[in-house]
Amino acid sequence: MTMLDIHNLHVRVGGKPILQGIDLSVSAGEVHAIMGPNGSGKSTLARALSGHPDYQVTEGEVSYEGRDLLAMDPEARAREGVFMAFQYPVEIPGVNNAYFLKAALNAIRKHRGQEELDAIEFMALMREKATLLEIDPSMLSRSVNEGFSGGEKKRNEIFQMAVLEPKLAILDETDSGLDIDALKLVANGVNAMRSPERAIIVVTHYQRLLDYIVPDVVHVLSGGRIVKSGDRALALELEDKGYGWLETSA
Amino acid sequence: MTTATRTIEELANREYQYGFVTDVEAETVPKGLNEEVVRLISEKKREPAWLLEWRLKAYRTWLTMTEPTWQNVHYPAIDYQDIIYYSAPKKRPTLNSLDEVDPEIRATFEKLGIPLEEQKLLAGVAVDAVFDSVSVGTTFRAKLAELGIIFCSFSDAVQEHPDLVRKYLGTVVPYSDNFFATLNSAVFSDGSFAYIPKGVRCPMELSTYFRINAQNTGQFERTLLIAEEGAHVSYLEGCTAPMRDENQLHAAVVELVALDNATIKYSTIQNWYPGDKQGKGGIFNFVTKRGKAAGVNSKITWTQVETGSAITWKYPGCILQGDNSIGEFYSVATTNNWQQADTGTKMIHIGRNTKSTIVSKGISAGHGQNTYRGMVKIGKQAHGARNYSQCDSLLIGDQCGAHTFPYLEIKNTSARVEHEASTSKIDEDQIFYCRQRGLSTEDAVNLIVSGFCREVFRELPMEFAVEAQKLLSVSLEGSVG
Ligand SMILES: Nc1ncnc2c1ncn2[C@@H]1O[C@H](COP(=O)(O)OP(=O)(O)O)[C@@H](O)[C@H]1O
Ligand SMILES: [Mg+2]
Repeated sequence: MTMLDIHNLHVRVGGKPILQGIDLSVSAGEVHAIMGPNGSGKSTLARALSGHPDYQVTEGEVSYEGRDLLAMDPEARAREGVFMAFQYPVEIPGVNNAYFLKAALNAIRKHRGQEELDAIEFMALMREKATLLEIDPSMLSRSVNEGFSGGEKKRNEIFQMAVLEPKLAILDETDSGLDIDALKLVANGVNAMRSPERAIIVVTHYQRLLDYIVPDVVHVLSGGRIVKSGDRALALELEDKGYGWLETSA
Repeated sequence: MTTATRTIEELANREYQYGFVTDVEAETVPKGLNEEVVRLISEKKREPAWLLEWRLKAYRTWLTMTEPTWQNVHYPAIDYQDIIYYSAPKKRPTLNSLDEVDPEIRATFEKLGIPLEEQKLLAGVAVDAVFDSVSVGTTFRAKLAELGIIFCSFSDAVQEHPDLVRKYLGTVVPYSDNFFATLNSAVFSDGSFAYIPKGVRCPMELSTYFRINAQNTGQFERTLLIAEEGAHVSYLEGCTAPMRDENQLHAAVVELVALDNATIKYSTIQNWYPGDKQGKGGIFNFVTKRGKAAGVNSKITWTQVETGSAITWKYPGCILQGDNSIGEFYSVATTNNWQQADTGTKMIHIGRNTKSTIVSKGISAGHGQNTYRGMVKIGKQAHGARNYSQCDSLLIGDQCGAHTFPYLEIKNTSARVEHEASTSKIDEDQIFYCRQRGLSTEDAVNLIVSGFCREVFRELPMEFAVEAQKLLSVSLEGSVG
């Protein structure tokens, strides 16, 4: 069943048109990879889908579970199950990582009509998910992303995803800045979340990540449009030939 | 308009939550200030001759002084002859229990969310409530008395412990100290007094709630706290005031004395009426607070959360006289709408190996102006003195301002002084990050701001920290959207 349906999406940033007619359809249970050269608009797509106020949709529609995604504010999207792992996670000094995540989880649970977790239940959940991603428990008591290495920040994003259990996860360059061991951990975390009810969009510049998170569909973004879609083999072909091959043919 | 600016504005548009006026018949002296008024106040309070003399000396000195103008705040001229300098609730209570408290007054406290009977039950909190100028209720006094601790209104202390008051009054903040402290010395009405005897660790937080009420009455509180050798005490002061149109002058004085190995922790939540969204009304809060770490190894910690008042002028300081004595200042000051704050501290190092720490967090929203002004003075004899200062400013929106004025005066070359300062804007990306995780913009702002203030909040006693957090979010309401 189609979960996310993007039709003719145009997005402007800072007055500049970036996305110029994106069509993309993602069903529950699928993993889609979006590849493309730097500056092609991958992050723009991820941010527009999560409702960043600087990203202005000028044309097109996005339906999420049959509803108008673009009409929802960012927190409503999050509470409805849309999660974005940031390419550059921000630091929030002085705010305890665990406290932050508990507030987020409970905001989402409340929206779903579920009971809020108390501190003890929450800590148990944290411990379970931290083990999965081999996250050092001391990281949970530090401030949100403050003083984290690039790799720690990315792992923290996936950790948050594991705790919040979204329906639609958009991972923006989660692989960049990770060494191979960290990459495998992150990939394991993501793979553990694959399920028939969940859709995952993996944004990446390199095909390396796709060796570990094997996508059902691969799309190539260039000049603000999806210029080619295919299966896993497309990613390998891209690695071989580079993006130039597509840009000229587009 | 950006998201952040919108929330800031919405938050800023909320009404002052604690705005209301109670109608209790007040006994007042006529408007204006002259020697007669000073005598009348002293007489009404049945004060000994020496205290009247002290007040008169202060009054005469005050006549020769001019209002300071160096602070970075602007306000209409204060007409000192248009102020009523004394007012007391008519039914002066002599209370055995809280049931005897004027029901109107009790209703007022209940509106504030601090009903006295609940306060009484609150584990470990003794409350000496000052309503206008006279104490209306004191609890836990008996329990404290068993330990030899004196905790009472300043007026009662003058009657019951005149020698102690006489010995220490004005020893930290002399009657000639500054324009506002001198005015206070002449006309102070009441306040709190605490004395912790040698070696005693006060088993509960001492706390006082202040409140301005009678129309046109300036509030001139006077507090004196003495910790004898090896004594420990933690004192909480919190206040909130009713909605009104006129500007109100508030000039309080607090003096602390810590003898050898004594520790005083003085925490304040200041939430006087800040004025309305247009900057009309609000309290003018000119406060002099100073502690003398007189003894060796003594320690004085000031922690303040300043969210209220139209104008805040306040520099709680420490005179580090005893060798190895420690002074600390932890401050959060918020200014929203048209509020102005000029606040900071003075750390005066006199003894050897004295240490001071300053952590100041200023938050400006709306058209608020927030100034940190801090002085670190290291005297000739202060070998091995150390100071660490950190001043951070957070701006919400682009119509507010933050200013930092650190002053250094170092007369001993072995001193080590460090100063760090930062100014940042509340970050749209931080807000978006929180919203992407499901938090509302308002919750996001509160979270970011409380993170910014964390180093100060963790110095507050538990129950105060919770209250401070709440107050902070109320005071910034409407500041982002
Ligand atoms: N906030 C912004 N303001 C102005 N231009 C932006 C902003 N964000 C992205 N862009 C521009 O949009 C284009 C696409 O950027 P982005 O979506 O980050 O690409 P990618 O993630 O594929 O590397 C780039 O030209 C970039 O400079
Ligand atoms: Mg990108």
